[in-house]
Amino acid sequence: MVSITLFLALAAILFCIGLYGVLTRRHLVIVLASIELMLNAVNINLVAFSAIGPFANITGQVFTLFVITVAAAEAAVALAILIALYRNRNSIDVLKHDLLRW
Amino acid sequence: MCHGILKEKGVGMMHYAWLIPVFPLITFLILLVAGRVLKEKVAYIGIAGLALSFLLSVLVLLERIGGETYTYVLNWMTVGENVVTMGYEVTALNAMMLIVVTLVSLVVHIFSKEYMKEDDRIHVFFAYLGLFSFSMLGLVLAPNILQLFIFWELVGLCSFLLVGFWYFKPEAAAAAKKAFLITRIGDVGLLIGLVLLFNRVGSFNYAEIYTAVEMDQLSAPMITTIALLIFLGAVGKSAQFPLHVWLPDAMEGPTPVSALIHAATMVAAGVYLIGVMYPLFLASSTAMTVVAYTGALTALFAATMALVNNDIKRILAYSTISQLGFMILALGTAGYVAGLFHLMTHAFFKALLFLGAGSVIFAVHHRQDIRDMGGLWGKMKVTSVTFLIGSLAIAGIFPLAGFWSKEEILASTLINGDGFLFLIALVTAFLTAFYMFRLFFKTFTGEFKGGDLNDPTEETFNEQAAWEATQSAEVGLDAGYEERKVYPNHQEVPENEPRENAGLMTFPLMVLAVLAVIAGFINAPFLGHQLEAFLTAGLNVGTQPHGALWLAFLSVAVAVAGISLAWAMYVKGFIREDFFSSKAPSIHKLFQNNYYLDDIYLAVFVRPTKEISLLLWEMDKTIVDGVITLIGSLTSRSGKAMGKHQDGQLQTYGLVTVFGGMVVIGLAFAVRGYFG
Repeated sequence: MVSITLFLALAAILFCIGLYGVLTRRHLVIVLASIELMLNAVNINLVAFSAIGPFANITGQVFTLFVITVAAAEAAVALAILIALYRNRNSIDVLKHDLLRW
Repeated sequence: MCHGILKEKGVGMMHYAWLIPVFPLITFLILLVAGRVLKEKVAYIGIAGLALSFLLSVLVLLERIGGETYTYVLNWMTVGENVVTMGYEVTALNAMMLIVVTLVSLVVHIFSKEYMKEDDRIHVFFAYLGLFSFSMLGLVLAPNILQLFIFWELVGLCSFLLVGFWYFKPEAAAAAKKAFLITRIGDVGLLIGLVLLFNRVGSFNYAEIYTAVEMDQLSAPMITTIALLIFLGAVGKSAQFPLHVWLPDAMEGPTPVSALIHAATMVAAGVYLIGVMYPLFLASSTAMTVVAYTGALTALFAATMALVNNDIKRILAYSTISQLGFMILALGTAGYVAGLFHLMTHAFFKALLFLGAGSVIFAVHHRQDIRDMGGLWGKMKVTSVTFLIGSLAIAGIFPLAGFWSKEEILASTLINGDGFLFLIALVTAFLTAFYMFRLFFKTFTGEFKGGDLNDPTEETFNEQAAWEATQSAEVGLDAGYEERKVYPNHQEVPENEPRENAGLMTFPLMVLAVLAVIAGFINAPFLGHQLEAFLTAGLNVGTQPHGALWLAFLSVAVAVAGISLAWAMYVKGFIREDFFSSKAPSIHKLFQNNYYLDDIYLAVFVRPTKEISLLLWEMDKTIVDGVITLIGSLTSRSGKAMGKHQDGQLQTYGLVTVFGGMVVIGLAFAVRGYFG
C-alpha cells in the first residue's frame, strides 16, 4: 500500500510550481496554465483521500469532477477575456495592465 | 390653575385690542416686502398704520374707562399640571400705555418722514419703526409675564437695529452692541426671576401671581429674590445705575429713534414692568428699599452728568436716565400712581424735547454741540417755543405736566420714604431745572455760534464730516454706498443760517407741546385725581400719598431757583460760566467723565473678558484644534503611505494574498495547535 503522504507531497509540489508560475510569469496564458496546475494539485489531494484516506468514500471523486468542470468553464471565460484584452490593449503582458493602481 | 379659554366681561372695542399691535406689524411686513419699490412713500404707510392703532387705542381707552379689565387668552402649552397661556389683556395701566405708545410713535413717524427724507434707507428705517411699535404694543398688551418677556426681547432687538441704523459710523455700531449687551445683563436676571416665579406659582399670569402673593404662597425671602431679579431686568431696560451706561451712547441712533425708544417708550418698559409686578414688590420691604435707592441715586448721578455735557442729545439722554430714576424712586416709595403718572407725562415732554433737539440738529446741519448753537430763538419760532414748553414741563413749573407728576413723586418720597430720599429728589429737581435751562439758553438765546453752515472748512463736531471721514476710510466696506447719498444732508438749503423746518416736523412738536401742557391735569388734585382713581380701581397697591400745598410751592420754588441760576450764568453772565468748574475742577472732571464708570467697566469687565477670550482662543487653536488636526493629518499621511503600495500589479496582490493566507494559517496553528 502506497502511503498517502507521497500523494500529498506530489500535490504540494505541483501546487507550489503552479503558484510560482502564477506569481512570476509575465505571459497571461502561462499564468492561466499555472492556475490549472494548482487546481489539479487539489484534485490529486481529493482523489487520494477518496481512495486511501482515513474516511475513504466517493465524495472526493465527485468533487474532483466538479472541479474539472468548473476549471473548464473558467479556462473558457479567462481565454475569452484574454482575447478581448489583447484586442483592446495589444498586449497580454501582466505587468502592462495596472490601470487600477493608486 | 387653568381658567378657561375665554374670560369675557363684555365684548366691545376691547375685544379688538389685539389689532392695535397688528397694524404696525402689517406696515412692517409691507415695508419689508415692498419698501424698496415704494421709496419715499413708505412714510405714509407707516403713518397710516400707527394712526389706525392710535384711533383704536383711543376707542379701547374710552371703553375701558367705563368698563372692567378685559382678558382673552388661549392655551398655549401644558407643562406638567400647569397651563401656559397666550392672549391679551386690557387693564387700566396698559390702556394708558397704549395711548402713550401709539401717540408718541405716531408723531415720531410723522416727524421722521421729513427728518429721514434724504436717507436712502428710509424704507428700512420705517420698517424698523413698525416692528418696534408692534413689539412695544405687544409688550404692553401681554396678560402674562412670559409673553411680556418675549416682546421685551423684541423691543431690545429693535433698539439694537435702530441705534445701529447708521452702522457705517463705527460709534453707532459700537453703541448698538453696547446697548444690546448691557441690557442683556438685566434680561438674564428677569429670565431667572420668571423661572423662579413659574416654579413657585405655577403660572405666568399676572392675576395668579397677585393671588399667590396675597395668599402667602411664597416665602418672604423668595418674594424678595424674585422681586430683585425682576428689578434687575428693569434696571437694564430703564438704564438705571449701574447699567445706565448704554443710554447716552445710544444717542448715536437717528434722533426720532431717541425720542421714541430711548425717551418715551422702551426705556419706560422697565418702569412698566415694576408697575405690573407691583403687588410682588409691595410684599417685600427689602426690594422696595433697593428700588427706591437705586432710583434716587440714578436720578441724582445722571442729573450731575447732564450738568456738564455739551452734546444736546446726550444731555437729554442723561436727563432721561434721571427722570426714569425719579419714576423708579416713586415706585420704590409706594407711589404707584406717581411713578406711572410721571412715566406718561415724561413720555410726552421728553419726546417733545428730543424731537425739538432733532429739529435743531436738522436745522444746523447735524451739529450736536450746544457751544456751536445759540440765537435760534428768532430763527426757529415753533421749535423754540415748543422746546421752552418742554423744558418748563420737565423742570416742573406750574401748571405744566411735569409739575403735577414731580410733585406727587416728592410727596411719595416725603411720606413713605426717608428724609434722605426726599433730599435727593429735591436736589435732583433743582439740577433738572438748571441743566435743562442751561441747554435751552445756550441753544436758543445769545448769538449763533455755528458760523457759516455751508462752509466746509468749519471745524466743529459735525456728524456729516465724521461720517464722510469714516466713509473715505472704509471705502470698499460697502461698495454700494459710495455712489448713493445715504446721509441726510442739506446742501440745497440756500441760506447759510439755520431756519425753521417744514410743517411736518413742527406739527409733531406742537401736538406734544399741547400734551406737555395739559397731560398733568388728568391727575390734578382739584380735578379729583382722575388717573389715580382709574389706575388703582380693583388693584391692591396701597393708598397713594398726596403732598400738602407747601410741597407744591417748594417744588416750584426749587425749579425756579434752578432756572434762575441758569439764567444768571448763561444769559446775564452775573456768574461766570466756569464759576463752578474752576472752583472744583476735579468734580467737574468726574461729572464730565461719567464718574469714570465706562473706564471702570472697561478695566474690570471688558478687558479681562477679552484677555480670557484670547487665552481660550489660543487654547482652542493649539490644544483642541491641534488634536483634531493631528488625527486628520495622521489619517491622511498613513493613507498616502499605504497608497503607494497599491501598484495595480496583479502578481503583487497575489503574493501579498499568499503571504497573508500563510500568516493566518500560521496563527491558527500557533493558537489552536497543529490540526486542532
